[in-house]
Amino acid sequence: MTTPSQTVGPFLSIGLPWEDGPTVVPEGTPDAVWIRGTVYDGNGDVVPDALIETWQADPDGRFDHPDDPRGRVPGFRGFGRCPTGKDGTYNVLTQVPGVVQGQAPHIDVSVFARGLLDRVVTRIYFADKADANAADEVLRTVPEDRRHTLIASKTGDGYRFDVRLQGEGETVFFDV
Amino acid sequence: MAAPASDKLILPRYRRDPEGTQPPLGSPGYGSTRLRHPKQPLVLLPQKLTEVTGPLLGPGRLGEHDNDLTVQHDGEPQGQRIIVHGRLLDGDGRPIPDSLIEIWQANAGGRYRHVNDNWPSPIDPNFTGVGRTTTDSEGRYEFTTIKPGAYPWGNHDNAWRPAHIHFSVFGQAFPQRLVTQMYFPDDPLFFQDPIFNSVPDEKARQRMVSRYDHSRTTAQWALGFEWDIVVRGREQSVFEDEEDDQ
Repeated sequence: MTTPSQTVGPFLSIGLPWEDGPTVVPEGTPDAVWIRGTVYDGNGDVVPDALIETWQADPDGRFDHPDDPRGRVPGFRGFGRCPTGKDGTYNVLTQVPGVVQGQAPHIDVSVFARGLLDRVVTRIYFADKADANAADEVLRTVPEDRRHTLIASKTGDGYRFDVRLQGEGETVFFDV
Repeated sequence: MAAPASDKLILPRYRRDPEGTQPPLGSPGYGSTRLRHPKQPLVLLPQKLTEVTGPLLGPGRLGEHDNDLTVQHDGEPQGQRIIVHGRLLDGDGRPIPDSLIEIWQANAGGRYRHVNDNWPSPIDPNFTGVGRTTTDSEGRYEFTTIKPGAYPWGNHDNAWRPAHIHFSVFGQAFPQRLVTQMYFPDDPLFFQDPIFNSVPDEKARQRMVSRYDHSRTTAQWALGFEWDIVVRGREQSVFEDEEDDQ
């Protein structure tokens, strides 16, 4: 009996962005990293009217949530939100999450846009956690030649994670 | 292989929606999907801790007039004043309390206050079209706003969007995140709208349509509409590997 999803449409930027949306952790937080990327469509053109949302554990792999059976750890918002700009880019300031249930560090990502009748969901993994990635049970279910689309590359101030909605190098999206 | 007893977690799990009750990502009638929907099959993501938790956002995100879109400026906006109310529920009918709801919409003439919306209907200087609230302890929400107008778009010949309000809700876990549109009863534009009709199942489509609610229509003031928002329900909890039972 779930209410159906509908597209955010072209004007989501009047309603959804928050001033502090991109900062999962405040600027100046030790070990904070910028995750930056560009959203592309099936023509390889940038998508200037998308919204990226992120959800993740804290650096210890814990959540500020009552359904974390190990106990709720208050204080870490864990959530980021950033609309893409005219150049299709977004950026989120956060800390790299810890290991959760033996999985490699990862961030769940929702992408919303005009032309997407429902969000699409993907995951960010981190290039410098190669051993953990190789053992990750979710990554291992992804066809090997597409796994690279889920792995953020290291940059000067953090990581780069592009999203390709369609076509060559299409990002792996999940049914959650 | 048996994991040590100290390595078990009990996690909720969220039911997937029945076939036909959600819009397919590729929907040819809605032209903007053409270059934006993934063509590779989705990969099944097991619901682990990251997926059975989610942001719990509430009162800290609200400003004083965020649930009344008619009092956010010096003057009153043009148009039909309405009260939109209902409940945020999960798929088993359980109310979701203290949960953020965000809305955005066009003004009475069908114009959004957005730089890219420039169809010839005027901006209303007294209407921004953005609201937020949180559900109460019984999952109830309420907004006072203006009934949005229909507006034309370029999808097909003489295409018009039925009047709608965009709604964004979080529920309590990542699978419950939902952005949708609330429609008004008996809109004559439904038949030609590819976004509304992208949902294959007729009963599911009707769950996006609000109900005129005379009991909440306020004399000499505003028309009432009722609309419940339902996010995915839970299955039985399952045991998962790692760490302590609680």
